[in-house]
Amino acid sequence: MTELVTGKEGPAAAGPTAEQQGAEPTVVRVSQWSDIRARFFANKLAVLGLFILVVLVIVAVFAPLLAPFDPLKQDLANTLQAPGGDHLLGTDSLGRDQLSRLIYGSRIAMIVGMASILVACTIGIVLGALAGYFGRLIDSVIMRVADVFFAFPLLIGAIVVILLMGRGVLPVVLSLGIFSWATFARLLRSQILSVREMDYVHAARALGASQFRTIRRHILPNSLTAVLVYATSNVGIAIVAEASLSYLGVGVPPEVAEWGNMIAAGRDFMGVKDFMWMYPSLAIVVTALGFVLLGNGLRDALDPKLR
Amino acid sequence: MKTNKLNEQAEGDDMTSAETAGGSGPDKAAPLLEVRDLQVEFKVRDNVTKAVNGVSYSVDAGETLAVLGESGSGKSVTAQAIMGILDSPPGRISGGEIYFQGQEILSMPENERRRLRGAKMAMIFQDALSSLNPVLSVGFQLGEMFRAHRGMSRKDAKAKAIELMDRVRIPAAKQRVGDYPHEFSGGMRQRIMIAMALALEPDLIIADEPTTALDVTVQAQVMDLLAELQREYNMGLILITHDLGVVADVADKIAVMYAGRIVETAPVHEIYKRPAHPYTEGLLASIPRLDQKGQELYAIKGLPPNLQNIPSGCAFNPRCARAEDVCRTDIPVLSQVTERDGTELVGRGSACHFWKETIHG
Amino acid sequence: MGSDVERLVMGRYVVRRLGQLVVVVLGATMVLFACLFVLPGDPVGQIAGSDKARDPAVIEQLHKQYGLDKPLVVQYGSYVGKLAKGDLGQDYTQGRPVTEILAPKLLNTAKLAVVAIVFDVIIGIAAGVIAAMRRYSVWDITVTFSTTLAIGVPSIVLGMIMQWVFVIKLGWFPLISDGTFNSLILPAFTLAIIDAALVAQIARSTMLEVMGADYVKTAVAKGLSRPVVLLRHILRNSVIPVITYVGISFGALLGGAIITETIFNWDGIGLALVTAIQQNNNPIIVGVVTISVAVFVVLNLIVDLLYAALDPRIRLA
Repeated sequence: MTELVTGKEGPAAAGPTAEQQGAEPTVVRVSQWSDIRARFFANKLAVLGLFILVVLVIVAVFAPLLAPFDPLKQDLANTLQAPGGDHLLGTDSLGRDQLSRLIYGSRIAMIVGMASILVACTIGIVLGALAGYFGRLIDSVIMRVADVFFAFPLLIGAIVVILLMGRGVLPVVLSLGIFSWATFARLLRSQILSVREMDYVHAARALGASQFRTIRRHILPNSLTAVLVYATSNVGIAIVAEASLSYLGVGVPPEVAEWGNMIAAGRDFMGVKDFMWMYPSLAIVVTALGFVLLGNGLRDALDPKLR
Repeated sequence: MKTNKLNEQAEGDDMTSAETAGGSGPDKAAPLLEVRDLQVEFKVRDNVTKAVNGVSYSVDAGETLAVLGESGSGKSVTAQAIMGILDSPPGRISGGEIYFQGQEILSMPENERRRLRGAKMAMIFQDALSSLNPVLSVGFQLGEMFRAHRGMSRKDAKAKAIELMDRVRIPAAKQRVGDYPHEFSGGMRQRIMIAMALALEPDLIIADEPTTALDVTVQAQVMDLLAELQREYNMGLILITHDLGVVADVADKIAVMYAGRIVETAPVHEIYKRPAHPYTEGLLASIPRLDQKGQELYAIKGLPPNLQNIPSGCAFNPRCARAEDVCRTDIPVLSQVTERDGTELVGRGSACHFWKETIHG
Repeated sequence: MGSDVERLVMGRYVVRRLGQLVVVVLGATMVLFACLFVLPGDPVGQIAGSDKARDPAVIEQLHKQYGLDKPLVVQYGSYVGKLAKGDLGQDYTQGRPVTEILAPKLLNTAKLAVVAIVFDVIIGIAAGVIAAMRRYSVWDITVTFSTTLAIGVPSIVLGMIMQWVFVIKLGWFPLISDGTFNSLILPAFTLAIIDAALVAQIARSTMLEVMGADYVKTAVAKGLSRPVVLLRHILRNSVIPVITYVGISFGALLGGAIITETIFNWDGIGLALVTAIQQNNNPIIVGVVTISVAVFVVLNLIVDLLYAALDPRIRLA
């Protein structure tokens, strides 16, 4: 049984397009990995995105080695120090080192961003696959449930769950995951619906492949690329949401070194000690941008037709 | 009068001069449409795709010219250049002239050109579903012709639209005038495209693969309708197709295109009997025939050339069984085809160094 | 146009969508109701005041007053029943009806959302159309670039920057919102900028797609003038996805622009939510969430119906 592999990004692409015949299937298809890699690395912005994220991961992993101070240690003799000197990025109103807090903040951002999307992805893939493959009643029920969760704006839904569970990293991860899975489920379902009707899947079933095997071997691999791309871009969104929750006072507890907390702390000193909110803001923007660029790069590399 | 016709179809600047002088002189038999040495290229960044490389052909009123060729042979691009609807950029007409009713139209101001489109020359596209606007009713889209060119009111235009739908035999036209394209069958949609093209009774119709997207049974109906209406209005018709089977019944003459050039021209029935170009020969051999049941179907070996890198010499040479060294170096000119004894065959030309061997065996 | 059959199909579609809407809202109320009862911080403790004043009798009486002594099913029934009548209960701090408290705040949020969406549509569509028509020009590159950037700049950051530049540095707007139009501009603009970038991106890509469509070629081949081709055949078809996006985003804005309202102190339901969280004022929290879900769902329905009205292919789907 041949897996579908296409190398159809044909040569004479520009030419007389009016003469192209036959409709091309619109489904994202898996091309060869070497092609994908080549296209990805040819895209400067995508490489920049990857670079940003690699640096961030390194910073997050080695935070204890990189941070000059304990991010939680207060130093009431040296509050609100301007950047420079001992404290490269200054200190906050409790004399905590801003640079160290920023470095440790990348840990929260990475953990929450990736973990919450992992939660959303897992729920979304399982439910979306069930809905897309089995259809009928299962499909209707799952999709109505998805509608319910989709109807809550992300922050508002997350606030509700956090009020239930209390503040902290785990509640933030779960709440963001719970209110993000619906889109993943919808996306995977629609992908599956279109892939399911393609000839090679019919062929696999006609040859007697079991339902589970058909889903796992033939449908999922070809449906998952879109989900992967969406997930990558969404890690950035989750990080932003997490910072927003903390900024509002419902995310991680206020003493935790976290970017949203830092912006909230700096808000009272706007116009006076602007470095307090500017550096964490920059960190959020760069991180979010990194994921957007990586997501776009993956999308274009996996399927040039989507551009 | 028409014995010299072939010269118009010859390529190269030097060969057309005689007939050009004749056309603008007292001789009033100037063709309805005459394309001379047309060249079109598509430029994307530094990649130049040479889609049309010196095409010349002509059509008279009431005459049907079939332009035959594979995808990428330049047949549709030529048609779009005539209509003035090339995508430009990236498309660009890099040479040649097009005369319509004696007037050169490539140098015309866009505004005048626009008034020709739809009114004097109209086009029927291959895929009616994608060629009709999905969010406007067919009645509206038909009526648009009258509103744009005749300044009719919306109401009058709608009445005209119903009339037209009747004309192309769409049942219950009055009830269906408000329906949308997706609510019609493929054949009915193509009839609407035909109705739209015929709306203002143009002098020239270009039909670009009008039946390719249809079922075989519907194909014949649509083709017959088109031929009938053409006779009735005495229009010139350019029928673009890759299907030799469609051509036989309706066309008067054929131009076969390959890699942006015309490789053979002939009156329609002669080409089936005695092709004068190996490419045409190959095309004819690849038509399935009842009397050859059980034999393996012939297919021309190889692929159509990459238009960004057309082979030197004759573009067909890598696929041609007759190819010799000269074919790889010299571009063959479309030249008059004669009988063995030298009698000219009217309207026949071949751009093959070995046309004699091809036609006379 | 508009045959009887068509109207029937459309009618059935509306009914089906309304049915789905009811299911979604009911589902949402269940989620909310669950929260209402498991939420930490005994609401009655709040009303009864500080720990010293905790008289069991008073608490008992308050439990009765708020119906907290009845079985959950009964409570859910009465909650949904009240909700159907537009009654969101009473708040814990002032004892006033939640609807009465939230109504003026919703109006404020609506003002903000409307102004934001107007900015959004004007900037977004204009930028998108220009970018598509002048492809690869400086305009196009600017739009593509700022779109990517805008997706990366979250509203907490953009809001802070806007406030810093226009309030602190330039002093064009008041720091403390006074509810006037002047103090509305900045938050509305903050909301609009990010959205406008997305609208521009959608408008640009659909325009490009439509401009390459066969039916546009047909329209040109028909001899229609450029403005007619552009307006009737290109823009009309491109605008459909844009409307969808704008509608959904308007719903999201109406449901509370929490961050922006907090940063600019705009007295809308988003700010009310944040305040209520700090005060453990559960009925207000539930009220805001209910409103934002309801608004979102209703706007989605409107968008879908609009979509069906604009694109005849949708009706049978």
